Amino acid sequence: MTERAGAGARGEWWLALPLAAVFAGFFLAPLGVLAVVSLFAEPEMVTFGLRQYRVVLGDTFNLRTLSDTLLLGAKATVLCLVLGYPLAWVTARVRPRLRALLLFVVILPILTSVVVRTFAWIVILGRQGVLNKAALALGLAEEPLRLLFSEVGVVVVLAQVQMPLMVLPLVTTLQKIDPNLADASLALGAGRWRTFRRVVVPLSLPGIVAGCILVYAAAATAFITQTLIGGARLLYMPLFIYQQATGAQNWPLAAAAAVVFMASVLLVVSLFNLLGRTRRARTYA
Amino acid sequence: MPERARLDFDAWSFRLVMGGLTAVTVFFLLFPTVIVILTSFTASESLKFPPDGYSLRWYAALLGADQMRRAAWNSLEVAVMATAASVALGTAGALAIGRSRAWWAHALDSLFMSPLLLPGLAFGFAALMYVSLLGVELSLATLTVGHIVVCVPFVLRTTIASLAQLDPALLDSSASLGASPLFTFRRVTLPMIGRGIGAGAFIAFMASFDNIPVSLFLSDARTEVLPIHLWQIIDTHLDVRAASVSAVLIVLTLLLMLVAERLAGLSRHLR
Repeated sequence: MTERAGAGARGEWWLALPLAAVFAGFFLAPLGVLAVVSLFAEPEMVTFGLRQYRVVLGDTFNLRTLSDTLLLGAKATVLCLVLGYPLAWVTARVRPRLRALLLFVVILPILTSVVVRTFAWIVILGRQGVLNKAALALGLAEEPLRLLFSEVGVVVVLAQVQMPLMVLPLVTTLQKIDPNLADASLALGAGRWRTFRRVVVPLSLPGIVAGCILVYAAAATAFITQTLIGGARLLYMPLFIYQQATGAQNWPLAAAAAVVFMASVLLVVSLFNLLGRTRRARTYA
Repeated sequence: MPERARLDFDAWSFRLVMGGLTAVTVFFLLFPTVIVILTSFTASESLKFPPDGYSLRWYAALLGADQMRRAAWNSLEVAVMATAASVALGTAGALAIGRSRAWWAHALDSLFMSPLLLPGLAFGFAALMYVSLLGVELSLATLTVGHIVVCVPFVLRTTIASLAQLDPALLDSSASLGASPLFTFRRVTLPMIGRGIGAGAFIAFMASFDNIPVSLFLSDARTEVLPIHLWQIIDTHLDVRAASVSAVLIVLTLLLMLVAERLAGLSRHLR
């Protein structure tokens, strides 16, 4: 078996060469340029130095922007998990026809343009929007609420926009769990909640980790949703990088910010990956 | 019996919470789409919900929107080229690394997948600096190359997944019966992984058509693409054409999705 698979691969390694060349030339090389530009001390790019990194990491305002962005991703991820898990659990359990329908509902938003989805939320959250109209009509609010341009608004919209990234891996793992395990737990008198907490959730941990990583990476870096729903008052890293790169024409600062931002997102993602792995090891131990 | 009642409450509350949250989430997922479609039939000058009256005027307004149509054309052109290139490069790459357990195959796999995790904006900015360093002018070609990098992972992922389900014994039998590698690929491998490639191509197409982070830096006034144009309309003067073009995009997406589901079993490949 291994020998056969090996024999297949030995003759085919060169097929990866074109893609590897494209990635070397148009992915790794630009990222290398990004790293080099971030090391220039001034916008005119004359002398080298770590000045830009000091600006990004030493300034309270910039540091605040970075932590706001990382926290924003975490909040959106938590909301996505809380709302997405039950949907995934039900989807994995229902009859095939209903499952296909639910999957369709989940997939539709991921294929609809992000600008379109975000625009829909502007119509819903705006001063004259659906929610405010409803709240006023029902007497829940005296005057229009400020939903657009608020962090709560951004978190809610990010959760909706990225929901499929959470639900799809969850459905896959939940479907793979042997239903006999939950049945055994119930038959032994554990009850639904306890079975869910002690059997279903631990077994679906790989799906939870995969979903959270995808949602986190997408939510923290979602330029369009962050800027359209958050407006100019709420500053997150993607907008900061964009402003420095195009408006202020300060390439070294934008590059340093991009490097720091990339590293932070990757760090959070790998920490989460690690956490999932140790938890899993403990569950099975 | 209190024990019996406790178990009843347990089962009952569990169902209620799971069912309730599922209903909320389904509503949450569908609601915005419904709102956009309803808004697009607004009769008045400005965006309001519910609309004062209904008409098709904002659909008619799309016909005269030359700039938007040009942007849509650019998007389509880039998406078609980027998808074609991603399919060719991605399928070849998947054949090379999908069935290998060597260290270099793992390393390449992580490299090729990394555009999915890296902030797209950072790559877009890096690509802009790279292009200007090389002294190349921005064009649809440079934009396409940028899109290829972020679209390849989708093709690679679905193709590798369908390769994993391909029984290597089939390839061995084909070879031992005297078929050339190319013949085996055309008549055995390709029919088996074709649906995976198709699903990946579809997702890559949608990802390119909808891409903003890379286009933000690599497209200029001449090569403006639809999502950027739409973003600017919404950001500057929220006009109702944004709703009508959104509704058109939603309907087109739905149609394409149904076709992709029929031809490639899309929903199975998205997971």
